[in-house]
Amino acid sequence: MNDSGLSPRLAKAIVNGLLIGLAVLSLAPLLWMFAVSLMQPGEASAFPPPLWSSSPSLHNYHELFSRMGMGRYLFNSFLVSTLVTVIAVLLNTLAGYAFAKLAFPGRERVFRLLLAALVIPAQVSMMPLFLMLKQLGLINSYAGAVVPGMAGIFGIFLVRQYARSIPDELLEAPRIDGAGELRIFFQIVLPALRPILVTLAIFSFLGAWNDFMWPLIVLSNENLQTLPVALASLSREHVQDNEMMMAGSVVTVVPVLLLFLVLQRYYLQGLLVGSVKG
Amino acid sequence: MKPATAGWVFAAPALSVIGLFFGLPVLAALALSLTDFDIYSLAHIDNLRFVAFDNYVNLLRNPLFWSALGNTLYFVVVGVPLSIAVSLGAAMLLHSKLGLFKPFFRTAFFAPVVTTVVAVAVIWRYLFHTRYGLVNWVLSWVGIDPVDWLGDPHWAMPTIILFAVWKNFGYNMIIFLAGLQAIPEDLHEAARIDGASPGRQFRHITLPILGPVLLMVSILTLAGYFQLFAEPYVITQGGPLQSTVSVLYLMYEEGFKWWNLGNASAVAFLLFVLMTAVTSGLMWVARRKGVE
Repeated sequence: MNDSGLSPRLAKAIVNGLLIGLAVLSLAPLLWMFAVSLMQPGEASAFPPPLWSSSPSLHNYHELFSRMGMGRYLFNSFLVSTLVTVIAVLLNTLAGYAFAKLAFPGRERVFRLLLAALVIPAQVSMMPLFLMLKQLGLINSYAGAVVPGMAGIFGIFLVRQYARSIPDELLEAPRIDGAGELRIFFQIVLPALRPILVTLAIFSFLGAWNDFMWPLIVLSNENLQTLPVALASLSREHVQDNEMMMAGSVVTVVPVLLLFLVLQRYYLQGLLVGSVKG
Repeated sequence: MKPATAGWVFAAPALSVIGLFFGLPVLAALALSLTDFDIYSLAHIDNLRFVAFDNYVNLLRNPLFWSALGNTLYFVVVGVPLSIAVSLGAAMLLHSKLGLFKPFFRTAFFAPVVTTVVAVAVIWRYLFHTRYGLVNWVLSWVGIDPVDWLGDPHWAMPTIILFAVWKNFGYNMIIFLAGLQAIPEDLHEAARIDGASPGRQFRHITLPILGPVLLMVSILTLAGYFQLFAEPYVITQGGPLQSTVSVLYLMYEEGFKWWNLGNASAVAFLLFVLMTAVTSGLMWVARRKGVE
């Protein structure tokens, strides 16, 4: 892009201008959400819309938590996402390591089957899954929301790709010394996998936190709803109160944005393991 | 415990979860789609009848299914190329040696990807509000009359496409960026010395080398965009005039609003077949063109 016949200074100005423009487009809706969340009720329903409140306050947040039960939804989201994360990281890591390093009969065939199943969209399974969980009495329970996310093909694949780089000698030595497989897993494999475990944990947490369709189906009880489900029903019932809705969006979005900002190195690395090298 | 035994024991928990809560339901969905499972069957299983392919036949005769399919294809056909073009453009900007503060820009472009779709859809609906939306205000500077973005059947889907592109382009951008960084710099150097313009370098060096990445990104994006649901659910509720009812939106309403679970399963399978056909077609074309 730097030899287009334009003067270098002009080329540089164009590239950086485009970068700035795109960044404004990316961030403006999020900044706007924050600005409106601090406005007084009705203040944002004006034309032209004010860019900043004349008297900014946390009034909407206070209302959300005291009257709309936002604390409850926040708790539900944290609980469901944390449970999914802890269980999925453990199960996917065990399986991913087994597929990478432990030769068991049928391994390749099962793995090929898993990869083939990756193309099936989750929605195909939803109707029978709903009926199954209904039989088990798990509709409108945290367990119902957690169960399908407890293991995933993508997570297994991610761990397997990474675990293949563990040298065999590292596992053979303790085996000769008589260490059990579980001990090897916890003392040698888990520490060696630490970076990909962080990646997997972020993926699981973000996935569970942002999931909408399944919690919408399985958690109709208001006390159990996660933030996206609660926000969607709020927006269907009280569409008028934009300031309150924006505050709700802030509460829903900020935890995942913070998680990403702090751990983005791990997240982006996982994105590439899961795609380019696939 | 021998390593081979340990292998099965370690893999078993995850495999059981996937088998029990994904594999089994997928097979059951196929069976369910051949029955008339509805609210009466939900009350009592004796009301269930085998109807063979009636659900599929009825769907293919249902105008709403065809408009849902049409809306979804509209979203895919316009949204996927646009999304990929913006992703590739952003990746090239970030790859350019002229850009400053790249880590900041990369993070800014990626931020929408990690946001919760429902929460940002709520913002979007407000930004595109006819009367006091920021978008119409900005357009009024250049003398464009207010557009009824979400109330006009012609504008509702384009608005949702813009939203999806805004939300998702950062994801593919990261993958393209990695692909661009893997291209040896001397290739461009050599072409430059031979006098190739940036446009020709892009066509004859960047695109061919990026081919496999482009194919993979296209398939992932296609698969994702076929599953349009939360955006119309929150932004337009399928309206106006059902112009944003997607196939999955239809499935959700059939299944969990009207409790026609047999019918809904048939919708899900038709979508799956369509996705598989389109992505296979894309791979076939790519192979003929010599990509991968």
